[in-house]
Amino acid sequence: MSHLSRLRGRWSLPIVFVVLALVGGTVLWTRSEDAPPPVSTRDAVIDVPESPGNSQTIQIDTTLYLPAQTPAPAVLLPHGFGGSKASVATQATELAQRGFVVLAYSARGFGRSTGKISLNSLDYEVKDAQKLLDWLATREEVQTDGPGDPRVGVTGGSYGGSLSLLLAGVDPRVDTLAPVITYNDLSQALLPNYGATQASSATTPAAGSSGDVGVFKRSWAGIFFSAGLSGADGTNPGREAPEPGQEDDDPVGNAASAAGSVAAQGRQPGTATPQAPDACGRFTPEVCAAYTEVATTGKASPATLKLLRDASPVSVTSGIKQPTLIVQGEQDTLFGLDQADANARQISANGAKVKVVWYAGGHDGGSPGASLRGEIADWMAFHLQGKGTDPGTGFEYAVQGAFRTNGTSSLRTVTSGSYPGLTGGTATERTSLPLEGREQIVVNPAGGNPAAVSSLPGFGAVLSGSNSLSSRLSIDLPGQAAVFSSEQLTSQVLVAGSPTVKLKVAAVPGQPVPAEGAVLFVKFYDADQNGNRTLPGAAVAPVRITSLPADGSPVEVSVSLAGVVRPVESNHRVQLVVATTDQSYANAETPAAYRISLADDAIQLPVVPGTNVVAATSTTALWGIGIVLLAFVAVGVVAAFRRRLAADVDPELLTVPLVIENLTKSYPGKLTAVKDLSFRVEHGQVLGLLGPNGAGKTTTLRMLMGLIHPTEGGIRVFGHKVTPGAPVLSRIGSFVEGAGFLPHLSGTANLHLYWAATGRPVEQAHFEEALEIAGLGNAVNRKVRTYSQGMRQRLAIAQAMLGLPDLLVLDEPTNGLDPPQIHQMRDVLRRYAAAGRTVLVSSHLLAEVEQTCSHVVVMHKGQLVAAGLVEDIAQGGGEATFKVDEPAQAATVLRGLDGVQDVHVDGELVHAGLNGTPRAVALGELVKAGIMVDQAGPRRRLEDAFLELVGEGSSS
Amino acid sequence: MSEQEQGASGVHTDSAAIDDLTTAVASEVTAVAPDGSTVGYRARKTLPLRVELIRQLRRRRTQLVLAFLVLLPVILVVSFELGEASPNRRSGGFVDLATASGVNFVLLTLFVTSSFLLPMIVALFFGDTIASEASWSSLKYLLAAPIPRHRLLRRKAISSGLLSLFALILLPAVALAVGVVWYGSGELVSPTGEAASFGDGVTALVLAVGYIALHLFWVAGLALFLSVATDAPLGAVGGAVLASILSQILDQITALGDLRQYLPTHYALSWADLLSTDIDWTEMTKGAFSALVYGGLFTLLAARRFTTKDITS
Repeated sequence: MSHLSRLRGRWSLPIVFVVLALVGGTVLWTRSEDAPPPVSTRDAVIDVPESPGNSQTIQIDTTLYLPAQTPAPAVLLPHGFGGSKASVATQATELAQRGFVVLAYSARGFGRSTGKISLNSLDYEVKDAQKLLDWLATREEVQTDGPGDPRVGVTGGSYGGSLSLLLAGVDPRVDTLAPVITYNDLSQALLPNYGATQASSATTPAAGSSGDVGVFKRSWAGIFFSAGLSGADGTNPGREAPEPGQEDDDPVGNAASAAGSVAAQGRQPGTATPQAPDACGRFTPEVCAAYTEVATTGKASPATLKLLRDASPVSVTSGIKQPTLIVQGEQDTLFGLDQADANARQISANGAKVKVVWYAGGHDGGSPGASLRGEIADWMAFHLQGKGTDPGTGFEYAVQGAFRTNGTSSLRTVTSGSYPGLTGGTATERTSLPLEGREQIVVNPAGGNPAAVSSLPGFGAVLSGSNSLSSRLSIDLPGQAAVFSSEQLTSQVLVAGSPTVKLKVAAVPGQPVPAEGAVLFVKFYDADQNGNRTLPGAAVAPVRITSLPADGSPVEVSVSLAGVVRPVESNHRVQLVVATTDQSYANAETPAAYRISLADDAIQLPVVPGTNVVAATSTTALWGIGIVLLAFVAVGVVAAFRRRLAADVDPELLTVPLVIENLTKSYPGKLTAVKDLSFRVEHGQVLGLLGPNGAGKTTTLRMLMGLIHPTEGGIRVFGHKVTPGAPVLSRIGSFVEGAGFLPHLSGTANLHLYWAATGRPVEQAHFEEALEIAGLGNAVNRKVRTYSQGMRQRLAIAQAMLGLPDLLVLDEPTNGLDPPQIHQMRDVLRRYAAAGRTVLVSSHLLAEVEQTCSHVVVMHKGQLVAAGLVEDIAQGGGEATFKVDEPAQAATVLRGLDGVQDVHVDGELVHAGLNGTPRAVALGELVKAGIMVDQAGPRRRLEDAFLELVGEGSSS
Repeated sequence: MSEQEQGASGVHTDSAAIDDLTTAVASEVTAVAPDGSTVGYRARKTLPLRVELIRQLRRRRTQLVLAFLVLLPVILVVSFELGEASPNRRSGGFVDLATASGVNFVLLTLFVTSSFLLPMIVALFFGDTIASEASWSSLKYLLAAPIPRHRLLRRKAISSGLLSLFALILLPAVALAVGVVWYGSGELVSPTGEAASFGDGVTALVLAVGYIALHLFWVAGLALFLSVATDAPLGAVGGAVLASILSQILDQITALGDLRQYLPTHYALSWADLLSTDIDWTEMTKGAFSALVYGGLFTLLAARRFTTKDITS
């Protein structure tokens, strides 16, 4: 046994260790990531000509980020409008960690750079950037493709993005570019017109306006211009856009901090050099004059349009042949998806590689997050270093679910093999959805006020973080909006791009038509069953119809709405709203009324099928699962094998019900409950285990039942060693230390379920006999929780008798029973043993044992005190005790008798071994000697012993 | 008859009963198998699953839990109806997602229950199973029957697992029935705005329930370990639930960063990935691994503790 238990101890520790090591190893395995490589920076001020052909110079403030290993390809990193080289520090560091030399610089008129802002004019800002390329080519850290030609990519957001396009268009030294949230044509972006009499021939998903003079985007233009005046970073989205798989810790907190940053930027002078107040700030006079003209009149002269268009990428896109990654935001009311669409079309027409990414941000929704910045870096790595897999020429767009739950980000990214409608590709798929609505009359209020609300430029990031705000923001004013609605959708449509629609607009006869033409705002709403509407992307498509006949004859207008990505769920409706005003735009001021109707009873929804971006399944975790499952099987096999070894039989004791040898149970730090106990119980005995409370009786019985592991020694029942769950225990019926029943079940159900749990045949149980012994009558059908203590006790004894066990073990069976019941119980036990079984009863009552048992074992403090036949121990082999008035004299008399030995005095008692002399003779002799005898009888050694044990002494 | 028989005087043993007993004893000599057991006893037949399931299913506690799971979807429907009646609520939120279709209603029922209720039910079934027997003192009689300890633990764990699985299936099944009646058998719409047909949605939900069941293995293992370590059922159940709550709280502390992926509840909601047409298995694989490691470790600890323990209850 001890050999076995040692084996058990040796085996279990390694198992625990293996499991721990497995967990720990996995932890280390998955955590071992390299620290980011170091990046060093160098600041430099580079002189560039103030203007072409001018010997005067201005200073461009630059920072060069150097990777650990040089020479390396370079990335030129211009910043957004109102920012400085400091605003791109994070991305610059990240790119440098990816192994690029990064040149970040403040554009002229921004940060510490001197000069005036010309809105990325080809003669100024673009020439500056070319000088920077010259400078990069001279640096030994930068890898070159030839003399004066550095290996260089350009990426930047917004204003910086447009610079990347312009630079790539004029300078073939640029090897690749990644413009982010930028424009194709500033005149269209700031004065958009999404309507045209002829539908656009482009088949791309977000093909936009026709290029006619549009409606001035007043709010955004103001923010744009004031950013140039004050140096405040007003067009910076303020926070990063959410990304798929990213957790949104605290949308409310984020939104609040973004609001704080916008407000703070508004007050601070930024890094601009303090200068005398000047209405034109750091703008060139030409730009300033153009803005003043548009801002005050709401219209742009041809000169202004030319200035804006010349400084826009559209003027050079025919020259861009480099691989281009176009990143645009879906939450962008400044530079919408149509701007990126135009860039993609124009660049692709040159045969260049174009990849398009629409992400869940933009000027209203946030700058690219870490994962998208990583994608840009991957693009640069492939096209500049030849590292990584080919990012290809596909199309990715982020889908924000229509519903938001807390916690997890509800974004996913859909990829499609190509951006549809580009040169050589297939046209965009469009779903036609019928719209309903009769002709409606809308009114343009005088002064364009009050106006509908669609978005709050500059606060977009704050709003998109707050579901409740953004959904309540869009307001259409009654009388100013015509509404056309679809039926409820029967299945979801994922709109990706610009929905198109054909409208009929007519003046109301007799009412004047404004000279500047009719101004309308077309919006695409997603309306749920309850009529709650959402304006996806807060996008609005302004339309200006310059030639509206005054006689009321209608003009047909094709409108490409602003591009959005929106899953319209089933049971939702699509609503098309045509309004006359919008807060963010320069509304028409002349009062007017128009009749609006559908020229074509359907709206065309662009759909780009694709697959979701899915990360590769972690093989580490799969291996882990396999290893853990194998470990389980191994542990199970080892445990089963060990259990096989546990059997231990002594063939000589097969007929002996119980042998206990040197049984010891000690608890570390506590007293020893059972110490070196040995006794035997033979067949047919009723053995009493007698001892005061705490003598170790119950502990012994629990060890007998395999509930407690002995410290030393062992127990054999019918020759088989008792271990937990040893099969031989099926020959024992036991009741130890209280009944154990399921309180919610009846007595009968408890016994039946107990027997069923033993798995033995029902006919072996003898329920009838056992229940009769319990004698509970009809109470057996009541729930056990209603039983008294005595009733539970009787039921428990009946349970112990189920199956008529060869050895019946009862612990204090008469506790809680009344005297008649105790009497019956003695009878039961005696006759049970007499019929051929063995009974072991424990008790702390001497009388109990004397009256019930044939044999007794007396225990005290865990040790055996006496053992044998009850009569032998009780009557002490013929000793007698006399209670007399003169003990000394009585002792003398008794010693004088023949054969009497061992006479001794104990208080009033005199004990003597009579050795065959009849007690009556001895009594007669005492009386004869004149001694008064109060009592005479057998010496009760058992009682003496027992009383001594319980500490009361024998003198009482 | 009862007044008399219920009193102590009515409880008695007839001498005829003793005669019957002794007759039976005298007439029946126990046959003994080579392993020392009574013929008819086989360790591998002890504690049949059917018996253990009856023992558990007849408990009021089990019945109440199952009844609550049937009632919960109805309560949710009523509260959503009340919520929709409010004129001021925002659109595009939780309620709209839940009421988009019957399948969506099941989805949301799972979302709201999977952080607390479902772990609690699993903890209840596994934590209570041994500890309650100990508290009733019936454990020692089962072990002395004898049911081998490893077998008792295994059978109890299997029946707790079956009950937990039944509860995990019952809730979405009832929710699906209630949801289809109230919100129709429309498309499943995921929070990321993907739509799937009713059939695909139900398939996704079946897989989701499977993942949830697998992921809750860690709770089961911990509750089982606590169940063998203590005689107080409340301690075992409460301990496992507290551990789950603690893990969820730590999971919300984003400052812990990557360390959070070692929290057992970190992947609790990964089944949401199943709602996509292109299923991303990464998180679920990690979640399954995490649950197997934690669950397995606790189960081994429980088995070791139970086989070496002295039963004193």
